[in-house]
Amino acid sequence: MNFSLARASLIAEADLVGIAGERAVCDPRGVLYFPELRLLTVSDLHLEKGSSLARRGTLIPPYDTGATLLRLQAVISDYQPSIVISLGDSFHDGGGAERMHSSFRERLEALMAGRDWFWVAGNHDPEAPADLPGETVRELAIGSLLFRHEPSKVRVEGEISGHLHPCARIVQQGRSVRRRCFAGDGGRMIMPAFGAYTGSLNVLDRAYAGLFRPETLMAYMLGADRIFAISGSMLRPG
Amino acid sequence: MTELPRLADQNAAVVLPEPFVEWFGEKGWSPRAHQIELLAKAQAGQSVLLIAPTGAGKTLAGFMPSLTELAVRPRRKPGQARRGIHTLYISPLKALAVDIERNLGKPVEEIGLPVTIETRTGDTPAHKRQRQKLAPPDILLTTPEQLALLIAAGDARRFFEDLRYVVLDELHSLVTSKRGHLLALGLARLRSFVPGLQTIGLSATVAEPGELRRWLVSQNPPGDMAELITVTGGAKPEISILDSEERVPWAGHSARYATPEIYREIKRHKTTLLFVNTRSQAELLFQELWRVNEDTLPIALHHGSLDVAQRRRVEKAMGENALRAIVATSTLDLGIDWGDVDLVVHVGAPKGASRLAQRIGRANHRMDEPSRAILIPANRFEVLECRAALDANYLGAQDTPPLVDGGLDVLAQHVLGCACGAPFRADDLYEEVRTAAPYSGLNRPTFDRVIDFVATGGYALKNYERYARIRLNKDGLWRVSNPRVAQQYRLNVGTIIEVPALNVRYVKAGSKGSASHGGRVLGKIEEAFLETLTHGDTFMFAGKVLRFEGIRENECFVSNAPGSDAKVPYYGGGKFPLSTYLAEQVRIMLDDPQRWKKLPEQVADWLRFQSDKSMLPKRDDLLIETFPRGNRHYLVAYPFEGRLAHQTLGMLLTRRLDRTGARPLGFVATDYALAIWSLGDMGAMFKARKPSLGALFDQDMLGDDLEAWLADSWLLKRTFRNCALISGLIEKRHPGQEKSGRQVTVSTDLIYDVLRSHEPDHILLQATRADAATGLLDVSRLADMLSRIQGRIMHKALEQISPLAVPIMLEIGKMPVNGEADETLLMDAATLVEEAMGPGMVDE
Repeated sequence: MNFSLARASLIAEADLVGIAGERAVCDPRGVLYFPELRLLTVSDLHLEKGSSLARRGTLIPPYDTGATLLRLQAVISDYQPSIVISLGDSFHDGGGAERMHSSFRERLEALMAGRDWFWVAGNHDPEAPADLPGETVRELAIGSLLFRHEPSKVRVEGEISGHLHPCARIVQQGRSVRRRCFAGDGGRMIMPAFGAYTGSLNVLDRAYAGLFRPETLMAYMLGADRIFAISGSMLRPG
Repeated sequence: MTELPRLADQNAAVVLPEPFVEWFGEKGWSPRAHQIELLAKAQAGQSVLLIAPTGAGKTLAGFMPSLTELAVRPRRKPGQARRGIHTLYISPLKALAVDIERNLGKPVEEIGLPVTIETRTGDTPAHKRQRQKLAPPDILLTTPEQLALLIAAGDARRFFEDLRYVVLDELHSLVTSKRGHLLALGLARLRSFVPGLQTIGLSATVAEPGELRRWLVSQNPPGDMAELITVTGGAKPEISILDSEERVPWAGHSARYATPEIYREIKRHKTTLLFVNTRSQAELLFQELWRVNEDTLPIALHHGSLDVAQRRRVEKAMGENALRAIVATSTLDLGIDWGDVDLVVHVGAPKGASRLAQRIGRANHRMDEPSRAILIPANRFEVLECRAALDANYLGAQDTPPLVDGGLDVLAQHVLGCACGAPFRADDLYEEVRTAAPYSGLNRPTFDRVIDFVATGGYALKNYERYARIRLNKDGLWRVSNPRVAQQYRLNVGTIIEVPALNVRYVKAGSKGSASHGGRVLGKIEEAFLETLTHGDTFMFAGKVLRFEGIRENECFVSNAPGSDAKVPYYGGGKFPLSTYLAEQVRIMLDDPQRWKKLPEQVADWLRFQSDKSMLPKRDDLLIETFPRGNRHYLVAYPFEGRLAHQTLGMLLTRRLDRTGARPLGFVATDYALAIWSLGDMGAMFKARKPSLGALFDQDMLGDDLEAWLADSWLLKRTFRNCALISGLIEKRHPGQEKSGRQVTVSTDLIYDVLRSHEPDHILLQATRADAATGLLDVSRLADMLSRIQGRIMHKALEQISPLAVPIMLEIGKMPVNGEADETLLMDAATLVEEAMGPGMVDE
């Protein structure tokens, strides 16, 4: 299979978004890909969230890790990145990597093989995941970009972060549509959560106060096959 | 039906203690025949179903066995142990329990009986509940949820050991829901505590009394029934259909045209009760009446979304006969006794004959005087429906819904409840559960899967053994694994799932909700409606026109608004589909021009035009019309099977039409008809038999097509959410915190997606599909229809719209178009942005 061709066709279709001078693809599956850097970023995988809740008595289906890895496998096989950054909260809690079923661990390791893999520390998983390859970092600077889990209060151009699980809502013809989204203003970008059981928080929520330049805020809402770029002025809270 | 025995015949068998004889004598009354008959059967050790119209002294009859027994019970000697509950009374409404306490207290006091009566509901303070556990009253008045809680307590067996009777009020309304399933399981548990327990069911007229009779007693042996006592009679109500001088509209539900005529009737009567089918209609009618209320008559509004304090004020005013009219929804349906209502106005079609009978029973509330009622059809099809309801024996209540098998989600809740109460053996619990009528057909493998689900989630991937909520011990007993499980269970008990709603609170205009201390709360509105509003929009609620100021956490802020062009909130609940029985009556009437004479002239004319321009469907046929209009092609079908079944049919037909290249664009469904529009010429396609209508409407659409559509449907996601909450998969409430509806919705949708793709046969998905088939999708009804119309489809290819098609064509554009159109809406919004800002803006 010719990977470079596959990549080229994907990118031609997708919207290229500018972040502090770098150009990236916002993939509707919720990952960000920088073609020039061959770098793929994914945020808030929250692996083993199911078993984490089960420990406390809520026995939701134990298939979230499998589902998340399957989707991750699909995007990695499409883009074939040489660098992957998992932008924090990769595991739902500190014991997640340990609890993970051996078959999932093997699948994850197969995905990591042959790539530079960075685990950015998140608030759910501040320590390096147990017995997994890859390098655990607090934050990571590549070119004009800065990758970290939580967006900083002080404005940093080129910051790519996660943590807040952004979603956006619009109302058209009396109907309301709510989707996960990438939120950016040209200078910084907050990524949607990727994990199968992750909820989301509206970009107009107070938690985002002061993070974006309101006049250039865009929500790149995740559609079934494409991204919908919606300007901040059209968004609704809730 | 049981022949009513004469009092004299029965007296020999019945023991009516002396104080009762005296009391009846003082009052100048004699016990009614059914009261004596019920007493006799109960004293003979039997359980009884009493079916009687309102005002027949049902409540007293239901308590007679308890009261007479308690009257002669020897007094407790000093030092003797306290006695437990003697009689448990269960009603669907808290308000009804409180009402009964008052009504029963009076005769008990007058007769001088040494009987204590108390209520126990969600509103009962903790210290009182605690005290009731230590010193139980003789008669406890409560709700199904409270019974479930009592059963899940460690002392349940002891608490109920003296129980003699369970009186179940408004049984016909209890049994049709999941609440009824939970209650049936609770009764089975009580019977295992107290094998000689007797039940007394009180019910309005139902289509199948046999179902209720089985429900009341243990189904071991299978098919066993309670005794039946039926009280007929009561004066036949005088019901008429408003023969309006105004033009009856083609479509719509407001009945606005009739407002002046309704107002005239209100003026003519002492107290008028106006029933509507939905809360939106209630708001609209209330506004319209006040617009013409020149005499400023006291007219009030009552529906389930209004603030409780407001509702209580209205109910009180009504009890004191201080109101001239009250606009109400089904919240007033059940047997609470108020005031002197001398007229019932039913706005909109009744949708079911038994519902109509119940509501009309509100007027006068005395058995021997006729009730007076007027039906106000809101559109022409409703005229037909009203006429059909009247022409049929509308008091026969032929269309109460059939009972369905017990839900597996409810069973899961019950199993955990049992474990919280005491350790159980699976064999014993299985036998016990099957004595409850809704679960009499439950097979053992399914039961075992439910146990497995309660224990570890029941997943094929056995990952959660170490987190089990209940565990099988070496002694063969299942026990809760830790006390926290029981604590969580108690916070989540019950089967009532509330739609996410926000408080509506007054603030000053323009304050955008920033003022932290607003004014009073008017009630609650569904979040889904509020999400479509923007700041400054106006809407009707609580009888007022309000301006939307904003949402802050769990509250929606509003201010007073001038003007009348306001939206009306839509609500999730309260929309009853047309009953199968009534639908058939309408088809029969359409097929018989002789019967059109009884219809208003304008409506009869409409039908005559239809038979000239197109045709009318025969009673068992399905009429399909096709015609072009604008640059679209339309298909209109008239199945008369109710909106839910039509929506499902519409969804399935559009999938099929899409495959055959008709390029369908959308559809709308009403209770009577279904309209689909497309770019392709469907009429020509049917004529060429590509496809034939027979193939298009073939029953096989309920196979793969249904399966494929269902999988992604929000209907199924919503149903799954309910099952997940009821079964205890996720919690309604955590100790110390209430999850907001939003968080729950998001997570259950995600869980649904994951579970469906990894374990499609999971028991909870099985429960979800079973629910959807009878509930939101009405698949069972659609299946009956498809089999009925085989080979009986009449196709009329027309050049233009027919008279019968006008009403549904008018609905196009008013109702949201069904379909998975979210992506289109996003596309519209994204395109707007591109137009406004020009290309390239994403590229810095």
